[in-house]
Amino acid sequence: MALRTFATRKTLGALSRFPQQLRGLQTFTLPDLPYDYGALEPAISGDIMQLHHQKHHQTYITNYNKALEQLDDAIANGDASTAVKLQSAIKFNGGGHVNHSIFWKNLAPTKEGGGEPPHGSLGWAIDQSYGSVEKLIAKMNAEGAAVQGSGWVWLALDKELKRLVVETTANQDPLVTKGPSLVPLIGIDVWEHAYYLQYKNVRPDYLKNIWKVINWKYASEIYEKECP
Amino acid sequence: MVMASITSHLTSPFLSTPEFCRLSQSLHRSLRQRRCIRKSVPGTISASIDLKPPPYALNALEPHMSAETLEYHWGKHHRGYVNNLNKQIEGTELDEMSLESIISASYNKGDILPAFNNAAQVWNHEFFWESMKPGGGGKPSGELLELINRDFGSFEGLIHEFKLAAITQFGSGWTWLVYKEHKLDIPNARNPRPSEQDKKLVVVKSPNAVNPLVWEYHPLLTLDVWEHAYYLDFENRRTDYISTFLNKLVSWETVSSRLEAAKVLVAEREREMEEIDAIDDMDTIEPEDTDMYFGSDADDFADDDE
Repeated sequence: MALRTFATRKTLGALSRFPQQLRGLQTFTLPDLPYDYGALEPAISGDIMQLHHQKHHQTYITNYNKALEQLDDAIANGDASTAVKLQSAIKFNGGGHVNHSIFWKNLAPTKEGGGEPPHGSLGWAIDQSYGSVEKLIAKMNAEGAAVQGSGWVWLALDKELKRLVVETTANQDPLVTKGPSLVPLIGIDVWEHAYYLQYKNVRPDYLKNIWKVINWKYASEIYEKECP
Repeated sequence: MVMASITSHLTSPFLSTPEFCRLSQSLHRSLRQRRCIRKSVPGTISASIDLKPPPYALNALEPHMSAETLEYHWGKHHRGYVNNLNKQIEGTELDEMSLESIISASYNKGDILPAFNNAAQVWNHEFFWESMKPGGGGKPSGELLELINRDFGSFEGLIHEFKLAAITQFGSGWTWLVYKEHKLDIPNARNPRPSEQDKKLVVVKSPNAVNPLVWEYHPLLTLDVWEHAYYLDFENRRTDYISTFLNKLVSWETVSSRLEAAKVLVAEREREMEEIDAIDDMDTIEPEDTDMYFGSDADDFADDDE
């Protein structure tokens, strides 16, 4: 009771905005890139990397956090219709955050192994399922080029069936929307913002060149964790 | 040819069927048919859809929309849709059809067929270039402004709703101002006769290639919100692109004339519906009229218990 006499409306307001840890809600911040913006050139220009990271990914995070706070309030208030209404904003923006966080790890400068084909069990699995890495790349490029509008193309591991699959998703739908047991190994963003400044309308050229900076080491790590 | 088949069916219940509605709608569409030019250059694809240039030079919208954007957007994207569509339809039943008929056929009630994306995108882009003009912007006037005030409260109300729809179209798509005529949102149902309340202006958004023709609305204005439409000039700043379009590029004269054309079509459809209803009334069999139909054999149907 004594607290109430000290706590003005302003302080109470500040308290509710204060670290969401107090409310148990974790929000998100933009992860740093493990390389410079220009380090993936000439496959992907520094301009694109900077815009993509600082503007697009940051916006997804900002809007995801906003949606999460609103959802938190709605849940606390038992407001079911608001909670349901927020789901599309969460899918769009949360999906955008999830997908781009994976994407930055899928890329590496050539001098740090970007483009080096997979060895070990992932390389073997690719040969088994697709004949060769080149054939897998051709398939992913064809499917990526065929995505209408905005989306992603994925190399995924179905961890139930222990099988590699190539999938596409629309907009920022995360890979799990195509199958709950799908684990992303490599995702390639085919939204126009991912390539337009450099490749303009020629998405196939972007897809051809991005393999020079694909980080197969990371993909192998994920694969080996699921299929030891 | 269509009129002949209609008159031959005048006394049949055919007029109340969906088939008749489709026939009369295709008559309307052929009135709005795009010109199809048959090219006869040997060794090239000769299917019938052409790449229509914008009604202004590619640099005429500067500085609000750069010549570079037009060169890629019209010269590569729009041209690509035309070429790919022609490749897809050559030698098929879609070949020689009007663009709007191809869109309708390939939309296939939502279960879209391969030609839809290209066909709809060709239509959308033509409509988009014509929605803009050098020195555009400003405010609409006349009947268009009256309807805007009626249906959005004010011009600012329309702008607000249009901007909101454009910014919240997630991923690729289009934002539209349409003249909505129908009571029901169900396509392919026989549309009930529109009442005054249904004839209103509405802002809608659509994903990827979808356009309001598939919902049987009358598009009046569109804004392309695919990233390729604004990325070279505005990068990620879609909000700035939307504002620039509305303040500097939109041709309200074009929107007005589209509204006029839509109202003409709606009035024609109303007249046709009245004719159908009048004939339907004629078709109703009244008990006293049985003689007309059964003639002197009416006694054969008399009650045997008599």
